[in-house]
Amino acid sequence: MTRTSLERVEARPGDPVMSAALVAEHGLSPEEWEQILGFMGREPTFTELGVFSAMWSEHCGYKNSRPLLRTLPTESAAVVQGPGENAGVIDVGGGWGVAFKIESHNHPSAVEPYQGAATGSGGILRDVFTMGARPIAIFDSLHFGSLDSPQSRYLFDGVVRGVGDYGNCVGVPTVGGEAIFDPAYERNPLINVMCIGVLPLERLIRGEAEGVGNPVMAVGARTGRDGIHGATFASEELDEEAVDSRPQVQVGDPFTEKLLLEASLELIERDLLVGIQDMGAAGLTSSGTEMAARSGSGIDIDVAYLPVREKGMTPYEMLLSESQERMLLVAKPEHEEAVREVLERWDLQAATIGQVTDDGMFRVREDGIVRVEIPVKPLVDDCPTYVREGVMSPATAEARAADLEAYGSFGSDEAVETALRTLLDSPSIASRRWIHEQYDTTVQTNTLEGPGSDAAVLRLPAEGRALAASTDGNGRHTWLDPRTGGRAAVAEAARNVACSGARPLAVTNCLNFGSPLRPEVYFQLAGAVEGMGEACRALGTPVTGGNVSLYNETGGQPVYPTPVIGMLGVIEDLERRVPSAFRRAGDEIWIAGTTRDEIGGSEYLAACHGLVAGLPPALELEEAAALVDFLVEGAADGAFASAHDASDGGLAVALAECAVRAEGGPLGCTVDLDAAPAGADVSAAGRWFGESHSRVVLTCRPGAGERIAAHGRRHGVPVARVGVVDGPDRPCRLTGAGHAIAPPAAELARIYEEAIPRRMSEEAGITS
Amino acid sequence: MEVGMKVGIVRFPGSNCDADVYRAVTDGLGERATYLWHKSTDLEGVDVVVLPGGFSYGDYLRAGAIARFSPIMREVIDFARGGGLTLGICNGFQVLCEAHLLPGALVRNRNLRFRCHDVGLRVENAGTPFTSAYGEGDLLHIPIAHGEGQFVAEASTLDELEAENRVVFRYVDRRGQATDAANPNGSARNIAGIVNAEGNILGLMPHPERHSLSVLGNTDGLAVFQSLLAAVSRERSHPGDRRTDAAPPGAREFAAGAVAGAGVSS
Repeated sequence: MTRTSLERVEARPGDPVMSAALVAEHGLSPEEWEQILGFMGREPTFTELGVFSAMWSEHCGYKNSRPLLRTLPTESAAVVQGPGENAGVIDVGGGWGVAFKIESHNHPSAVEPYQGAATGSGGILRDVFTMGARPIAIFDSLHFGSLDSPQSRYLFDGVVRGVGDYGNCVGVPTVGGEAIFDPAYERNPLINVMCIGVLPLERLIRGEAEGVGNPVMAVGARTGRDGIHGATFASEELDEEAVDSRPQVQVGDPFTEKLLLEASLELIERDLLVGIQDMGAAGLTSSGTEMAARSGSGIDIDVAYLPVREKGMTPYEMLLSESQERMLLVAKPEHEEAVREVLERWDLQAATIGQVTDDGMFRVREDGIVRVEIPVKPLVDDCPTYVREGVMSPATAEARAADLEAYGSFGSDEAVETALRTLLDSPSIASRRWIHEQYDTTVQTNTLEGPGSDAAVLRLPAEGRALAASTDGNGRHTWLDPRTGGRAAVAEAARNVACSGARPLAVTNCLNFGSPLRPEVYFQLAGAVEGMGEACRALGTPVTGGNVSLYNETGGQPVYPTPVIGMLGVIEDLERRVPSAFRRAGDEIWIAGTTRDEIGGSEYLAACHGLVAGLPPALELEEAAALVDFLVEGAADGAFASAHDASDGGLAVALAECAVRAEGGPLGCTVDLDAAPAGADVSAAGRWFGESHSRVVLTCRPGAGERIAAHGRRHGVPVARVGVVDGPDRPCRLTGAGHAIAPPAAELARIYEEAIPRRMSEEAGITS
Repeated sequence: MEVGMKVGIVRFPGSNCDADVYRAVTDGLGERATYLWHKSTDLEGVDVVVLPGGFSYGDYLRAGAIARFSPIMREVIDFARGGGLTLGICNGFQVLCEAHLLPGALVRNRNLRFRCHDVGLRVENAGTPFTSAYGEGDLLHIPIAHGEGQFVAEASTLDELEAENRVVFRYVDRRGQATDAANPNGSARNIAGIVNAEGNILGLMPHPERHSLSVLGNTDGLAVFQSLLAAVSRERSHPGDRRTDAAPPGAREFAAGAVAGAGVSS
């Protein structure tokens, strides 16, 4: 069965009749329908309509984001594989590569948090091991509504269990991430999961379908009716009836995933495959067509051979099912039996369902009868794209114009201390221990710095080297100023990675936005991508892939525009890695980077005054790049005992975090904030809690500060000695702008540690 | 004469700490290790069998409940009943209990959540082939990572375990006290690890293999494998002699140094 263009494509008896309403239900506009009729030269069958619906959804086709994403830098000496594959790959030296990617599972998690999060983890793990890489780490970037809401607690609890149970069972440690809580995410939480894997570079394999006649095999779990139209579901707004969409949420089986992982790596190691791809969003449809598109080939499959979970499934359902833990393989023909043997040894299903052709068609049969015949290229590559007009929303404009002067000063020292306590009790800032103790963080024995550090640091197989990684984003800043928010997400992630001593190398991005059809959302998307591109170029960290999640809104309210960046960096000598917390009493405390009068968009305004207003702190690209160089070279030189990025909550919170996170228990400190490098006319609030970018709290052994100063001079980074680390049972004695406070470090630690457990202890209040 | 030891690590479908044990034995200790496939019936002449952590057979039914019926387990049970040194870590401990090689059972943690963090452990019995390189009362920091690690048994069984000095590790706080706060999962009497009456089978929930590599900064777990090496060497030079006071010179000092170096008693 090599070529069959003379065969008739037959509609299936009982298929719905084509109508404008049916087309609209499939998420296709009348113009898109015309375009389809144009290159098909006939009316598609119902099954074909399903295929178009999936491939031309935002999730697979990037309709509204592709023109923007094209502007991002994607190449550097370190990049081995850029966007367009299952995952990006960078060269980390010694013949080793790192594959990594971030993905969202927002809508499924909104309606079924446990399975939504679990299957999100499963999908991103498969994206990484289908590149031939063994997953070594998972990160979760989570955004929820306020923990005061029972609904948010229910979602948060379910998501954490889902991420944990999946990764724990597969045996991949979850070592970092973030958890942000804001009413903007109340009914539409953001669940972004990044996976990182390592591979010998010569073993890199891609999702390709090459070689006419090569067998196409479906592997892993059987195909069921779950998740049908998940990709289309992910490309629509959630409404009040979304809970009825629970059948669209897939169910995960991490045990099967673990078997698939081991079997896939064995197949790749033994060189038995031509190509391999996860059957992820849009399942068999996207994996089949994308593999063919990459190779310029065609694919001819018969769904009668597909192992299914239940009888009576239609080709439409089989093509669009998103049942989990399935992969599509193209085997070398002489190895078909060997492939089968490996899979059987791991107790996995393997069925040859078709073969590679050279006619450029995606052809699907049902017992030999052709039900789908669509040219691959236009289906995959010619998804219509839209460039829209963006306009700043009136609400954003109004918030930006707010006069913040009244919030710049404190009435008393007590007011300063109350603000610090409030911020440490804010779940967005507080300790994530409640989360990460539910995750296996140390399996695989690579974890050098786990959760609680600015960046997680993992051993690499290449002798003496380590990988550092972080995920970051700030929806509030991006809402107030999309371009700055996009820049800052990249720069903060780079800063976190550099604080550990690693040279930032590349990013993966996850764009979580509302409906692009709204001009104010498109404005946010366009601005954030522009800023992201600027920062990626300035820092030399190209984008190797990622994920776009639009239509994140409920009840007509978009979430904060939230670009999340996953950044990777490499430490040449792992012994030179730098922890983030204070090490020992007596160490000098230094601050690098300039404090400006920037309290706009701060956690201080939000947590202490319930206000989201002003301009977010500016992100100067040269400053950001200089700071990264300063940190990387200083770390390599052994100049720092610790380094911690100042972000949410500003310098006062950063210092408190260094104190309460000290390894052997909280340490006190004595710091004069007025000694920190600062611009003109910085308000008291700006000095204590402002979130100016490109600032870091450093420590060094007593008397070793001159090396910090020398590195500062070399890179043009202003640095100043501001104080000293004190012993345990000592206060955090902070002074600045005419105020002085001295709360005991142990008490700050208690507030910081109990913020989330205290709110989650009332689990009875969970609703669904 | 053959020297050193060869450790067999059973790979069930779903095992995920197998490679960590392998590295602890090879990179950490410089000894030999091999994987034993669950469908195999050949222990390949190993000196020690390790049942590693993970989720064998997906932990469906009950943790460890299906694994005990796999082909390799018939051999492991014979090996263990015949006096072979057998170590079950985490899921491996669960399998040993399911196979009735150790008494008691492991049920869901009392807070019903998976927990992963370092715990304080006190060595209660340094006279076993698994702990001879420790000193009695040594305090260790070792990670746990489990959802079902609450050790339960009849009161009479617990009394018997204690009377026969078969509680090998207990969860303790920084000062070495077996308090309720130091008990991460609600285990009866803070029990973290036990041996059988003959002393050749150890099951424990914490993961000594995760703290066996100096590059990770803590080697509190390595002495478990050093103890096994000493036991294997002793058995080879004095077959049938299970006394542990015949530890080779240096083993105790090495372990004590490793423990002190990690600053565990702080």
